[in-house]
Amino acid sequence: MDWVNVGLQGILLGGLYALFATGLSLVFGVMRMVNLAHGDLGILAAFVALFLVQSLHLGFIWSGLLTIVIMFVVGYLLQRGLLNFVLGDDDARPVVVTFGLMIIIQNGLIMWFSADSQGLDAGKIENISIRITDKLSIGWFPLLVFVTSIVVIALLQQFLNRTKLGRAFRATSDDREAAELMGINNRHIYGLAMAIALAIVALAGIMLAARTTFDPTQGPLRLIYAFEAVIMGGMGSMWGTLIGAIVLGVSQTLGSQAFGSGWGILVGHLVFLTVLAVRPSGFFAKTVAA
Amino acid sequence: MNAPDFRVARSTRMHRYVLVVGVLIVAVLAIFPLWAQVSFLRTMVTFFTLLALAQMWNLLGGYAGLISVGQQAYLGLGAYGLWLIGDVIGLHPFVAVILAGVLAAAVALPVAPLIFRLRGGYFAIGTWVVAEVVRLVVSNIQATGGGSGKTVISAARLPIDTRINGTYLLALFVAVGSILLVYFLLRSRLGLALTAIRDNQLAAQSSGVNVFRAKLYVYLISAFGCGVVGAVVAMNLLRIQPAAAFSINWTAYALFIVVIGGLGTIEGPIIGTVIYFTLLQSLSQYGTTYMLLLGVIAVVMATKAPRGIWGFIAKRWDVHLFPVRRRLALEEPPKPESPAAAGTSGPVAEAS
Amino acid sequence: MSVLEFQEVDVFYGDFQALFKVSFKVEEGQTFACIGANGGGKSTLLRTIAGLQRPASGQVLFQGEPVEKHPAHDRVGMGIALVPEGRRVFPSLTVFENLQIGAYGGRKGDWNTDSVMELFPLLKPLVKRQASSLSGGEQQALAIGRALMSNPQILLLDEVSLGLAPVVIKRIYEAMVLLVGTGTTILVVEQDVQHVLTVADYVACFLEGRISLEGKPSDLSSEAITAAYFGM
Repeated sequence: MDWVNVGLQGILLGGLYALFATGLSLVFGVMRMVNLAHGDLGILAAFVALFLVQSLHLGFIWSGLLTIVIMFVVGYLLQRGLLNFVLGDDDARPVVVTFGLMIIIQNGLIMWFSADSQGLDAGKIENISIRITDKLSIGWFPLLVFVTSIVVIALLQQFLNRTKLGRAFRATSDDREAAELMGINNRHIYGLAMAIALAIVALAGIMLAARTTFDPTQGPLRLIYAFEAVIMGGMGSMWGTLIGAIVLGVSQTLGSQAFGSGWGILVGHLVFLTVLAVRPSGFFAKTVAA
Repeated sequence: MNAPDFRVARSTRMHRYVLVVGVLIVAVLAIFPLWAQVSFLRTMVTFFTLLALAQMWNLLGGYAGLISVGQQAYLGLGAYGLWLIGDVIGLHPFVAVILAGVLAAAVALPVAPLIFRLRGGYFAIGTWVVAEVVRLVVSNIQATGGGSGKTVISAARLPIDTRINGTYLLALFVAVGSILLVYFLLRSRLGLALTAIRDNQLAAQSSGVNVFRAKLYVYLISAFGCGVVGAVVAMNLLRIQPAAAFSINWTAYALFIVVIGGLGTIEGPIIGTVIYFTLLQSLSQYGTTYMLLLGVIAVVMATKAPRGIWGFIAKRWDVHLFPVRRRLALEEPPKPESPAAAGTSGPVAEAS
Repeated sequence: MSVLEFQEVDVFYGDFQALFKVSFKVEEGQTFACIGANGGGKSTLLRTIAGLQRPASGQVLFQGEPVEKHPAHDRVGMGIALVPEGRRVFPSLTVFENLQIGAYGGRKGDWNTDSVMELFPLLKPLVKRQASSLSGGEQQALAIGRALMSNPQILLLDEVSLGLAPVVIKRIYEAMVLLVGTGTTILVVEQDVQHVLTVADYVACFLEGRISLEGKPSDLSSEAITAAYFGM
């Protein structure tokens, strides 16, 4: 029964990973760019929330909401102020620039906040467990995170499929130039896509911070998990990303349980590499890997 | 009128001067151990290893178009390889350094087809995952010393002069070797294939270039080079630890050097290493601020001056120190039928 | 005042000059045809009007106003709609969504999904299908319909018959006759001279970036057109 418990925890962990992965997937879908600083931006959001809580004494929820709004704006400005200028056919430049951005954010956070581990107090909800059966219980907060990830993905899908702006996103993703002919300003669309992506990753970062301790160097690992979820799930499919995230989460928790806590993450990586070897397009690819 | 004969030319007189100057510089560097201080020699080892690392990173990123943020996997493997081959198997450490590179390349061989399924930014992160996997495996196995690492005893046991001077010369050899390796590679058929792939992969493929094989060879060579660099670093420090050996910082240094110096040129990483190294010596005590500054410089350079400092120099004054470019040189045609048909000798079209 | 006017326009692609001091006028309600072989500069012309290309010198006037300061995505709101070469419908969107997006930045007017599908009845059963699964002719009809959804003042058609079967071309041109009848100003670029001359009020022949011949179709002999087309 322990295994079932562990597996359940893995599924819920997948919800958190999916939240990190959704923004990465959105940005790649709309503008074919991989933002290496994505994880660090999520951690940045956690620190912003921490700052708001500690210095302005706003409660957890208000700090969280304000952080999401701030990161939305940051995303738009970042895209239009910097990243729009390095997009193009060349793969190298966005990778190099976002890598540099990653270094800047990490070291900036260390300088401002120190490299120490921090915690974000979310109040009593953090530690409540729900008992399902005698031997099975899940944390309330992890469940909340999981449900949040589903809601976010569902809302994003609705936005893309049913709204005028969402249609514009899809059209821009299909054919940037033809979209211009329709009156769609693609620089603005890219800005909005990044804004939405950062708002979502901010939510992810805040939930991470509430769930566990965090420090400025945790960004890259978040990026890697997000990446593994996207690739396993299949590029172009948001629900696929959720599935990929769940697979990753379960692999990690089962791996920890089976081989010891140091091995969980490794098992996750190995599962990812196996999926990459056996099914490179992922589980639910909309676009086949070239 | 007969079509003029042409040949594919590469060197000019200037290149011969550069060669002479280059040999002189290397010769001077080689005799440093006779009079220089130990600490200076050790610092120079750092310089040489950074230069070699940058060349290897540039080979993969600037020439093959494969931007990797995971070469630290092979650097770390090289370091551990030195320990494995020198301590465990018992070969002489100087020999072990080269074999460590081979070990790294051997690991790269099955990795390549796996990560080549990814493109662009996702390829980059894929290389990082590989590095993380290697790091985690090494950190978790007791045999390799786990998280606290190992001391390279076979190197530590060498007589101190042999070790210090030998490491220095080895590092110099590796640095010069990396430059020569890239240089000869670019002049070879593989180099021509890489240029074609970099310009237009689809067109290269339809012209008969085996894209996968070309990328694979470059990936293996880069892994070998990084492995050797890692082994030399381990020899210099005498201690290997997974966190340091497989640190993303190695990629950060290589990336900064190449971005500042110039992606896709041999001269670029040389200039970049000089600049980076000078900055390192003067600012390194500022730790975090220094890294932040590097990040800012990298972002600004990649955005505003993507060809780097050497790219700017090369474009402005049309200077190329290394003759890897292929030019079309016309021979004098036999007898012009009219003044208008007279040919010229000398470069007509440049292909980089 | 003409709807569209080119005044001594030069356009370059990098080092290559595609248009050399091109000047002409398109009047309200006119169907203006640009013919010529490949490389004549015809597509560049349309792209310049739509804002995807910038003139190096000269002026493009729309309703008497220079268009230069308006980026491409503003032009459909001004009343300029381009049906690009190669159709370029949005493959992941449905037929209906493609039409909807046509109206994204456009103006109010008589064209909507219903009226467009009256013009192209073949689209009616395809409404929910993904545009990528359509045939060439269906995509062409969709692309034209999409442009009409913006209620343009001037409709720019780039090589609408390219790659299509004769039967399909006939149907497209039947629709074009209806379009012409509604009084829309149309600037049509074509390599297929036969069909376009049946609908054009005025024709200009382009050769290597310059107008080699222009006039009313009735005033021009087929020998003159052939000569101008091939540069003989």
